[in-house]
Amino acid sequence: MADKTKASGKLDELKKGPYPSFVKEIEAAAETNKMAHDLIGQLELSYDEKLCHWKHGGIVGVMGYGGGVIGRYSDVPEKFPNVSHFHTLRVNQPAAWFYKTDALRKICDMWEKRGSSVLNVHGSTGDIVLLGTTTPQLEPVFNELTSLGFDLGGSGSVLRTPSCCVGPARCEWAMYDTLKYAYEMTMRYQDELHRPYFPYKFKFKFAGCPNDCVASVARADMSFIGTWKDDIQIDQDKVRWYAEERKVDIEDVVVERCPTKCMAWDGKELFIDNRNCARCMHCINVLHLALKPGKDRGCTIMLGAKAPILEGAQLSSVLVPFMRMAPPYGEDEATAEDLPELIDNIWELWGEEGKNRERVGEFIQRIGMGNFLDAIGLEPQAEMVAHPRTNPYVFYDLGKDEEEEEDE
Amino acid sequence: MADMVPVEEIADAMFKMIKDAAGKKQYKSMDLQKAMKELYPGRVDKQLCKAAIKQLINSGRCIYTYFGGSYIELPHVEGAANPEQTET
Repeated sequence: MADKTKASGKLDELKKGPYPSFVKEIEAAAETNKMAHDLIGQLELSYDEKLCHWKHGGIVGVMGYGGGVIGRYSDVPEKFPNVSHFHTLRVNQPAAWFYKTDALRKICDMWEKRGSSVLNVHGSTGDIVLLGTTTPQLEPVFNELTSLGFDLGGSGSVLRTPSCCVGPARCEWAMYDTLKYAYEMTMRYQDELHRPYFPYKFKFKFAGCPNDCVASVARADMSFIGTWKDDIQIDQDKVRWYAEERKVDIEDVVVERCPTKCMAWDGKELFIDNRNCARCMHCINVLHLALKPGKDRGCTIMLGAKAPILEGAQLSSVLVPFMRMAPPYGEDEATAEDLPELIDNIWELWGEEGKNRERVGEFIQRIGMGNFLDAIGLEPQAEMVAHPRTNPYVFYDLGKDEEEEEDE
Repeated sequence: MADMVPVEEIADAMFKMIKDAAGKKQYKSMDLQKAMKELYPGRVDKQLCKAAIKQLINSGRCIYTYFGGSYIELPHVEGAANPEQTET
């Protein structure tokens, strides 16, 4: 066993610089925790040999659960016996990550006693990630977490822990109540969250506006991104104030950077062709005291994003252009009341026909968007685009290409 | 409407599948559901299969495992587990 609590060699490089260092944090933990002590040793070995010494998989949860624990074992347990088991636990975070200090203190006290005392707040999944404990400690950790009011999050082929931006709790741009939907989806789909029934993972992320602070367009299988239907609200006096008092070059930093070129500035007034606005939020972000989103608000539902694991990364594309997320609901529009049926239809089809380890975005690519929409009972709409000014499902030049090929 | 198969019977049939395939093939929940639909045509549905799997897991007869994807298997001690740390 490596007898040291301080990192050396290559790990020293990770302690330099003005930023917080995870090596320094593990060193601090190693002074009182054997697991953290051996963690440094194994990490150093990995950096020296350029080899990962973790074996991943196997155990996945506590009694009755199929997710929430990521099994991890050392392949050099004779050298580092205290990390021979080093399982990770994902703890379902509250919507938008609001805690009382007391709650965090209790989790930390529990983890010092039952784990490595090292944790991520928060992991990229959104959960609190408790790093490193042994198999016999899993049930006691779970029992203590539930007594504190927490539950395990998702891992494996389940609905992953839904996450959301801070939404209306702290942000004026929230077009719908992201916290409410993250909470409601978490509670509604407890079975899907804890018991793997899917071909592979499935993620919901709720972003209150197109700034998409939870990066749902890149990471969530199903993204809910706040948007509006009507015109951007303009205070022309404030626009002129930006130009005159704040010396903002509106032509350069607003008009020219509009992705759809739907704006014009004559030095006195800002004009917006709202029919061609893609709701990217750039102008609103720059002139935030002068411009505000419209008042007719809801969200756009997008489907199919994923990071590159088995195949390449994908961004999500539009599935429902506008869904109203709060009453009063109109008769001829998609509303939040339609959500459960839409989600069930998607899961039913993908569950039955999806291949093992095939994300829903890859599934749609394989069977074709037209077939997918047909099977889940959605009418194709012109707004179902991958990004502004393109439509991936209509091939305008197909006939022309065929003619050219015949000529060749 | 055909008589639906009792959950216990579905759970037993699933358990036999998992036991017979142990060490050779791993099954996902959906594999088990599809097999049950073939075994009992028109007499099982998704909810019954989910209830049967829940019964298998909650009773401890089977466990969920993860090897790239999530599977349902017989309980076993992980080969990678250190016996000294496995004791409570």
